[in-house]
Amino acid sequence: MQTKRITFNNRWLPYLLVAPQLAITLVFFIWPASQALYQSVLREDAFGLSSEFVWFENFETLFDDPLYLSSFKVTLVFSAGTTLLSMGAALLLAVMADRVIRGSTFYKTFLIWPYAVAPAVAGVLWWFMFNPTIGILAYTMRQLGYDWNHTLNANDALLLIIIAAAWKQVSYNFLFFLAGLQAIPRSLIEAAAIDGAGPQKRFWTIVFPLLSPTAFFLMVVNIVYSFFETFAIVHATTAGGPGQATSILVYKVWRDGFVSLDLGGSAAQSVILMLIVISLTVVQFRFIERRVEY
Amino acid sequence: MATISLDKVRKVYAGGVEAVKGVSIDIADGEFIVLVGPSGCGKSTLLRMIAGLEEISDGEIRIGDRVVNRVEPADRDIAMVFQNYALYPHMTVYNNLAYGLKNRGEPKDEIDKRVKEAARILEIGDFLDRKPRQLSGGQRQRVAMGRAIVRKPAAFLFDEPLSNLDAKLRVQMRIEIKRLQETLGTTSVYVTHDQLEAMTLAHRLVVLNHGRIEQIGTPLEVYEKPASTFVAGFIGSPAMNLIPVKAKDGRLHLESGEGLDAPDGFGAEHALLGVRPEDLQVDADGAENADALSLRMKVIAVEPVGAESYVHGRVAGVVDDVVVRVPAKAEFSAGAELNLKASRDRLHVFDAANGGRLNG
Repeated sequence: MQTKRITFNNRWLPYLLVAPQLAITLVFFIWPASQALYQSVLREDAFGLSSEFVWFENFETLFDDPLYLSSFKVTLVFSAGTTLLSMGAALLLAVMADRVIRGSTFYKTFLIWPYAVAPAVAGVLWWFMFNPTIGILAYTMRQLGYDWNHTLNANDALLLIIIAAAWKQVSYNFLFFLAGLQAIPRSLIEAAAIDGAGPQKRFWTIVFPLLSPTAFFLMVVNIVYSFFETFAIVHATTAGGPGQATSILVYKVWRDGFVSLDLGGSAAQSVILMLIVISLTVVQFRFIERRVEY
Repeated sequence: MATISLDKVRKVYAGGVEAVKGVSIDIADGEFIVLVGPSGCGKSTLLRMIAGLEEISDGEIRIGDRVVNRVEPADRDIAMVFQNYALYPHMTVYNNLAYGLKNRGEPKDEIDKRVKEAARILEIGDFLDRKPRQLSGGQRQRVAMGRAIVRKPAAFLFDEPLSNLDAKLRVQMRIEIKRLQETLGTTSVYVTHDQLEAMTLAHRLVVLNHGRIEQIGTPLEVYEKPASTFVAGFIGSPAMNLIPVKAKDGRLHLESGEGLDAPDGFGAEHALLGVRPEDLQVDADGAENADALSLRMKVIAVEPVGAESYVHGRVAGVVDDVVVRVPAKAEFSAGAELNLKASRDRLHVFDAANGGRLNG
């Protein structure tokens, strides 16, 4: 890409112009991140009165801790589940909305609403519906012979947070998929229809490949979302329980740090999360910013 | 190979707009039909109805002996070339050509044979491994044509296939389409708004206006005997001059007073006299002749186009400019007064009320 070179008359002006952004990055990212890095190699007592430099002992402890490793596994399952569910549902809805001719604005508006719901509210909403005592869905499932209880059953709990987290993300994915679908020229679909491809075949051989750049972008966004932006949903529904069955990585950072006051261990966890974010960002930049153009 | 016949075909859209108002055409096997008309005349809608991409509100379309009103596009045995080519961007040229054959379950070696054959005919053999985005406009156009011929369909449908090409390439592709259609002998329906394309390609032209057929005929028939003022104005460039006249005592009088004998059986009071720019001659003496049309024109502009020039001018009582085609070396300047003459047998007479042709 060719960017235009702009020459400023005053040599301080460009620095002044980027200063606000730099200040924000420094205060809200670089400084806390370096604090986390620093604390991850310290062992501190709960009251913060003394600290001791322990090299990588916090990391060693972490990777010896079966609870941390299981949290990793839970996060992967949660992330994969959320991404698949929200993208699948969104694609299905987008394909259907794309076909709607009358009242499409109405459908689209309603499908976008969940995105405006605060994560904690979304969590509480699903918590109510699945509540073993008063929840309508739990009641329905009991009628159908399944005894739903996310407060006791680890799988139920994990499924609950997956559903709640996916539900909130469906809108976002829906918008992108719909835009992607609408960007596909109608004549391509018509040409495929004349070429003897039925609706199913057209979808899988023409539409889906053309949506794949969108789908890949959404996949990265959804993984990032499920890793880092689902704290409130977990906190409002299962609070990481039962046991630590739904304690995903971000939730564990908070609980170990602010509830259990293991500041060093918590900092070490956040450093690991930081590495995950960095690698996801690299993936995003490498593959997505390089736009797939047809 | 097949005939196509349209019988009182109508298209009414959900909002009540009638895009095609009862069109009947019989297309012979191997014929090259061009649907021509201004934008919004329903020509593309008509083509898409033949293709099966638009529902037929009323009437009947037959391809061969079969009524296809309720037949899926895939089963109509037609191929279509789209204006934007509609190549599958994620597939190589080879796969673009092979897609339709694969969907029909042709054996692999047969597909390969036919793709190679089509590629040879259209000279795109070198690009088979490329993606459409790596091709130029003309090459994409060829691939789009290749996708149509590879299936050996009963009919080709072309929806303004050349309108995205530059002028030079358009002429070249026009000739290629004509040659290809002659070689393959496949019944073709071609939609365009470009009258030059229509004239040069068609065996027969169908001139459409507001969803109705104005005239069907060979290009020369349509040019020599336009059925209405609309056709007269649409086919031919520069357009035919239309001069309002009044009929009185067996003679047609121009606003400016000059007149000529009315054609036999002429009944209307008000008429439009059509004369093509090449049928007007600059006449030095300006003597009135009962058997010819005489006009006095004041030149307002001269457009040299190389081999000839178009002289635009004003004639008393005529709203639009009158255009005369003159040899390139003839020199006229703005403001000059010219005497023009057109022989009687080169005149077209139209009814001023409904635009219909009055002389034979």
